[in-house]
Parts: sequence; C-alpha cells; structure tokens
Amino acid sequence: MSITQTETVPIVTTATARERLQGWLPRLVLAPSFAAVLLFVYGFILFTFYLSFTNSKILPNFTFVGLQNYEKLFAAPNWWTALSNLAIFGGLYIVICTIVGLGLAILLDQKIRGEGLLRPIYLYPMALSFIVTGTAWKWFLDPGIGVETIVRSWGFETFTFDWIKNNDMAIYTVVIAAVWQSSGFVMAMFLAGLRGIDNEILKAAQIDGASNFQLYRRIVIPLLKPAFLSAFVVLAHLAIKSYDLVVALTNGGPGRATELPATFMYSYTFTRNQMGIGASSAVIMLVMIASVIVPYIYAEVKGGQSNGR
Amino acid sequence: MAFLEIDSLIKRFGPVEVLKGINLQVEEGGFLVLVGPSGCGKSTLLSMIAGLDTISEGEIRIKGKRVNELPPSQRDIAMVFQSYALYPNMTVGGNIAFGLEMRGVDKAERDKAVARVADMLQIGHLLNRKPSQLSGGQRQRVAMGRALVRDPQVFLFDEPLSNLDAKLRVDMRTEIKRLHQKMGTTIVYVTHDQIEAMTLATQIAVLKDGVLQQFGTPAEIYNDPVNVFVADFMGSPAMNLVPARVTANGSAVAVALKRDNEPDLLLEAGRGAASLARHDGREILLGIRPEAITDTDGADRTARTVVHAGCHVDVVEPAGSDTFVVTRLGAREVIARMRSDARVRPGERVDFAFNMDKAVFFDPATQARVA
Amino acid sequence: MAVSSPDTAVRTGRVTRALIYALLIVFAVYYLLPFYVMVVNSFKPLDEIRGGAMLALPKLFTVEPWLTAWNSAQIGVSPTGLSPYFINSILMVVPAVALSTVFGAINGYVLTKWRFPGHDIVFGMMLLACFIPFQIVLIPMARILGLVGLAGSTPGLVMVHVVYGIGFTTLFFRNYYEAFPTELVKAAQIDGASFWQIFFRILLPSSGPIIVVTVIWQFTNVWNDFLFGASFGDFDSMPMTVALNNLVSSSTGVKEYNVHFAGAIMAALPTLVVYIVSGRYFVRGLMAGAVKG
Repeated sequence: MSITQTETVPIVTTATARERLQGWLPRLVLAPSFAAVLLFVYGFILFTFYLSFTNSKILPNFTFVGLQNYEKLFAAPNWWTALSNLAIFGGLYIVICTIVGLGLAILLDQKIRGEGLLRPIYLYPMALSFIVTGTAWKWFLDPGIGVETIVRSWGFETFTFDWIKNNDMAIYTVVIAAVWQSSGFVMAMFLAGLRGIDNEILKAAQIDGASNFQLYRRIVIPLLKPAFLSAFVVLAHLAIKSYDLVVALTNGGPGRATELPATFMYSYTFTRNQMGIGASSAVIMLVMIASVIVPYIYAEVKGGQSNGR
Repeated sequence: MAFLEIDSLIKRFGPVEVLKGINLQVEEGGFLVLVGPSGCGKSTLLSMIAGLDTISEGEIRIKGKRVNELPPSQRDIAMVFQSYALYPNMTVGGNIAFGLEMRGVDKAERDKAVARVADMLQIGHLLNRKPSQLSGGQRQRVAMGRALVRDPQVFLFDEPLSNLDAKLRVDMRTEIKRLHQKMGTTIVYVTHDQIEAMTLATQIAVLKDGVLQQFGTPAEIYNDPVNVFVADFMGSPAMNLVPARVTANGSAVAVALKRDNEPDLLLEAGRGAASLARHDGREILLGIRPEAITDTDGADRTARTVVHAGCHVDVVEPAGSDTFVVTRLGAREVIARMRSDARVRPGERVDFAFNMDKAVFFDPATQARVA
Repeated sequence: MAVSSPDTAVRTGRVTRALIYALLIVFAVYYLLPFYVMVVNSFKPLDEIRGGAMLALPKLFTVEPWLTAWNSAQIGVSPTGLSPYFINSILMVVPAVALSTVFGAINGYVLTKWRFPGHDIVFGMMLLACFIPFQIVLIPMARILGLVGLAGSTPGLVMVHVVYGIGFTTLFFRNYYEAFPTELVKAAQIDGASFWQIFFRILLPSSGPIIVVTVIWQFTNVWNDFLFGASFGDFDSMPMTVALNNLVSSSTGVKEYNVHFAGAIMAALPTLVVYIVSGRYFVRGLMAGAVKG
C-alpha cells in the first residue's frame, strides 16, 4: 500500500528517556519500601549486633569490648531465670495450645449445630491486646478478689489459689492467659486443615473398617502435618516475642519470677542502663527466632516455587 | 521487504537459550502459524513480537522499522490471549473500548468503534454484561473484538481456541479464517494443534526446542517435510515411518521393508528415486502418509508410481468417513486409510496400494530428508 | 439435616454427641468468662467487687467507673482519664494503616507483575522482616527517632508501624496478586495502559477482599501494640494500651478494679467491633499471616 510507504520510519529507534524511566519505574516504586526494610530491619540488626560488642551503658558508645557482654549476660542469674521461664512458658504454651486447638477443631468438625456461634467465641481473644488480656486475668486470678475469693464464697473456706503471687507458680498464670488468647487461633488453623481433607479418604477408611479413634489417629492427624508445623512456628515465635502479656499480668514479678528474655532486654536496656548487655540479649532472641523461622520460610518459598510454575 | 521480519532472533533466560536464531518473514495480509510441541518456544516468540518479552539478540521489524525497543503499546499490534484476559471489573463494552481509551480516543468515537466491532462479531447484545456472565464462546468473541477495534497492523493470537470445546473450536476456527479473508490483516497465530495450523495458515513455522524446523506453506510442510520431526508432527493420523533398505538396480530404485515370516516387501521409489539411488544398500526411513496407502480401488489414478502388494491385516478401525487398516511392516505398525466400504477383516491378506509418488525418505541417523 | 455444614464422614452416637456438646460449651464458657468478668465488674461499685462477688451481676448498677476511666482516672502523673490516649491511638492507627496498606499493595503489584532479577530475594528479605523480635531494633530506632526529631511523637510512631508493617502487607498483596492472571496485565500493556493505569484500572478494582484483610490485620496489630508505644511514645503520643497499663499497674492509692475493667473494655472495643463486624476477613488475615497462601 502506498500510504504505508510514505510514512517516515527511522530504521533504528532507541529508547527515549521516558521509556527508559518506564522500564525502571517498578523498581523505583519498590525502592522506598525496600530501602526502609534494609535500613530499619537489617541495618538496625547490624547496629544492635555491633552494640552488643561495645560497653554501651545509658547511651550507645563504640568502645569495643569483645564478648564481655555475652559473658556478663550468661553470668546474670536473671537471664537464666528468663531462659528457664521461656522454656517452661514456651513449652507449655505450644503444647497446650496445640492440644486444645486440635481438640476443639475435631469436636467442631462433627457437624455441630451452632458452629457459627461457637467458632467466633473461641477466636475472639485473638482480637484483643495482650494488655487487655493481662488486665482481665490479673484481677481474675488475684487471690484478694478473684478465683480464690469466689470459690471461698461458695463455702470452700480453705481453697487457695495464689499462683499469681507465688514465685514458683506465677509463670504458669502467664501460660493460662496466653493459652486463653491464642488457642482459638490454633483451633482455626486445624479446622481449616480438617476441612481441606478429602472426605472420600475418610469414607474409604471407614469402609476398610477403621473406628473413629483409629480414623483420626491413623488418617486425619497425619494429614494435618502442615497445620501442626504452621501452628508450631507461629506459637514458638509468639512465645519468644512475648512481652506485653507479662508486663500487664505480672510485670515480671513477683520479684523477677516471670522474667522473660523480652522483659529482660527491656529492663537492662532502658531502666538499668546496661545497653550493651540488653543488645546482646536481643541478639540471642533474634537467633532463637531465626532458628525457627528461617527454615520454615525457606521451605515455604522453595515449595511454593516448585508448585507454582 | 516483508511486512513482518524476524531476523536471527535469540532469547535467553539466564544461561538457557530458548530461541536459537529464528528467521521468519511474513508478507502483508499473511497468516503465519507458529506450531510445535509445548516448550518449543512458540509462545515466547509471540511475546517477543508483542513486546512483552525482551529480545536477547537479533531484530524484529514491522514494515522495515525495528521495534525491539518499542513498548507493546507502540507496536501497533493487538493480541488475543489463551485465557482471553478480559478485565473482570469492566463490562464487555468497557473491555473493547479500553485500548482506545488508553490512546486518548474520545468517548463518542469509542462508542462508534465498539458498535461497529460488536456488530461484526454479533455481540451487540452483550455490551453491558460483565465477562463473568458470558459463555466461553462469547468471551472468545469479546477478546477478538478487543483486538479488532484498534485496527492494528498485526494481530497476535496465543492459542485462542484451546479453552473451547471441540465443536465450538471448529466454528471459531472458521470464523477466524473468515475474518482474516475479509479484513486482510497480517496475523501471527500460535497453536500446538496441527489441524488449526493447516486450516488457517498461509505459512507455517514448525518449531522444536527453540529451533525453527521448517518454514513454508501448509502444502509444503505437509507434503515435503524437511525432517522426521516435521513429518511426524504434522498430520493425523501421523505419517508412517518405516525402516527400509535401499536397493538400486540401474534406473530401478526400490526400498525393501522387512516383514514377519514373509519375504521383504519391495516398493519401487517414485518421486525422488534419483536422489535415493545414491543411498544404495543403506538403511533409510520411509515416510508415507496413511492416505497414500489405500485399497486398490481407492488408489489415486493420477499417480505414476503405485505399488500393489498383499499384506496381512492386523486391526481394522472404521472411522465413519474412512476405515483405517493396520498392518505390520519393517517391525512397525503401518496405518492405511481405506474407503469406508472397503471389505477388510482382521487376519485376512489384502492387497494394499502404495502411492510411492507421495513417499519421502529420511536418514535415520540425522533425521534429515534424503529424498 | 438441613444445616449446610460441611459433610464429615465420621458418625457418632447419641451419648458421644451429648459429651461433645458439653465439652464445646465448657470451652465457650472458658473463653467468655474473663470478658464477662470485665463487663459485669465495670458496672459495679468497688466494694461489691471487694466483697468477693466477682461473678455476680451488679447489685447496684453504676456507670461511674466508665466515666472515671474515660475522664478522670490517674494516668501516670495527670488525672486525665483514658480519653486523650484513645485519641492518640486513633491519630496513630489511621495513617499507619493507610500508608502500610498502600505500600503493601504497590509492592505486591511490582513483585508479581513487574518481576526483575532478584525479586525473590527482595521479597524474602521483606518476609523475614515480619518475624524479627522487635527488641533487636529498639535501641537504634530510639536513636534515629531522636535524630530526626520524631521521638515521642505520633508521626514517629506512625513511621515505626509503617516500616514494620510493610512486610506483612506486602506478603498479603503479593500472595493475592500472585493468583491474579498475568495475561490481564499483558493485555492491558498491549492496550496501551501504563504502569499506574494497569494498577488503578485493572488490579485495584479487583482487590477489595485483600484490602479489607490487610486493613483489619494492620488495624488490629497497630492498635494492640504495646512495645513501640511504651518505648517511643510520651504524653502527646502514648497509645491506649500503654495508658491502660499505666492505669492498672500504678502502685499508688486504692486499686479501682471497676475502673480498670472499664478501661480495658475501652481499649478492646475498637478491635472487638472490627472482629464482630468482619470476622471472616479477620480470620483470613490471621491465616495468611501464618501460612503462605
């Protein structure tokens, strides 16, 4: 066609500045967020890591002292209290939440009338702040007005329940409140897992003669493995981060009986002016969480890629 | 100078070369079909023409103008996707008009253009619906409408019929062919379906593993495949490929096919006998399409070299319009296409007519055509 | 059964079913009890609580504790009640949620539809950032906020919450847009739409559900945060959670349990309302945060 030939077309065109900008636009748009994450997460981690090798007290300073802070940290009885509390709290929290969550999920999965009402009741504590949870349980467990008084008013005059004031038992009250807050969420995770199981598998097992108990033990629970893994990772990382709940419920007390690594870090850094030691405790916390999270995310991303494309 | 030229095109993803130097030319108004098995690079090639994938090396020119660096919107192309890619939040009308809107065409003119295209595709009554309310065939029409409305220089189709059921696919194939004949626009069309390729194309490019195997008209691709891959890929049922030995005796050249419990079957070579003579005594691969092996009454009367030979019938598959008959030659199953009323029963010995004018010969080692 | 509950193959007898219902109700009581205690005691005079009737309904119904908690309770050194801190929280939450959601949406868009070499590393780094213990960033963050003059201010807290919320919002949007057909983006490119036009005209109109999930998730997290509020807030910016904790744990004077409970409910109410109104999205957010979608 003659019209097309009269159009002047350059044989070679190069990208204009505008087009080149278009090409870079996605990266430019992402850059602020990524820069913020690089600085405020990874930069800060490095900074704190560095501080943990300095003799910073009330303010950061840059006198290098090697591993001194870590030596002091692991020589501090409070830190060992915090670690053993974390072991008790974390262990019980994960185990009880998993048992309660799985149990409730299995019970709710039996064609329950009113599931739509029960499920949100089990789950609502997750919407609350740990400070609110802590406040509620602090007074509910208080021997002066709470459970102990209530039971005594029913006629059991000698009933005693003073865990929250008891050095040896206080950490268990943290477990009670934390389980109350999180177990409904674990229930939701397991329920989603249960609903994802192909019913035909269950029917096949029944035809094979499995009892209900065998059905769950041999077929259902093994199929819930991914939900167990997710629940473990979420609960473990929440346990290591736990701070607000302890502050509101016991404020680390009585004495330092409910000290956790998070409260330890805060008090050493901001009230005891031992920033170097505070920084080293934060590094230890990061290492603990990373050892749980990094393998999990690595597996998720890897798995996602091979399934995805 | 061709309308669309693809010149030594190379595409790499990291160290992997997925297109290894492709050369193609399409004349204005041509209908190029890129065909090949999945993973051959045909969709990548289409994406590169569209500007959705970058070019590692080589050049793409439209009307002589290099478009390598142009973004898709400035190449004056339109594309119909496999999933139709209709914008779910817009009405049919909005979908069709979107490209015009992005180019700053005013509302009145857009409406006029949409109405014209809707009329052409008979989707006028659907303009206010959302894509989710449409059937598969209707979505397909909308997707074509969206491409047509812009009146682009080149249409790109990425397996547009593969999500339709068999009957609708045949209808839409005809529709696309009719549109092409009416509008005369240049089309590049990707498919893995060799029947679509044969019916639609003015030119076919067969790709495999990022290498262009053959580029030619449908008749060339079908009758004169350059290698075993093309011969095997195009045509259904596939071309019979049978090991044979060349025996040249003066001007008489034949191929000998081994048979079970019988002497070898000798088939005199027709077309290509001269080139075949140079391979005297060597093993070759005889390629012969099922329709070139018939019952004796059904043989092509215009063919010069038709060999009649009695063969043992293994399986008979009536297909309505034809009857496919399977026999064993050269340790392979060979399919013959006989008339539907041919009287053939399994286990019988029947005379087959081999139209050796249609036979082709390949080197079993290089897989290339020798005659 | 007319109920459209999902079909389970397991069959149970009558006694078992009664037992199941009993157990489920016991647990419902366990979950409801603390909240019930908070509510009934927030409407009682103090001596009724001290008398050991924590579980009883109020004999003398009073809203006095609520008024005190809102207007005049002693928080730290000043008897302001919780109202200024409630407002602090709102002033902090609204921009923090809005900004982190916007960033998350854009990041998710780029990381799925405009991939560049190394996009997976960028995403992986942002994802890991979701899980760090915030103790590791407290010290440098306090320094930086001081340096840029945002220490103790609401904008400072907004910035902190945006920065540490981006990981999750990006995760949500990335997973959502990952499932959004890329062919639509290609079609729009060919139609001549620009980067932003594709985002606003094609993706955003289909993003309703994930926006709701993200906003709820961020709202709940930021509203409920304590650590950042306690570390970086002062009187003008201290959020509700920190003020509530100050109210409850102040060691001076009589412990006004009823006021504490009223204050706790006030702090819980916004997230609770969101939960009740849109629980489905709330759960979806929790799940998305837990398992990669």
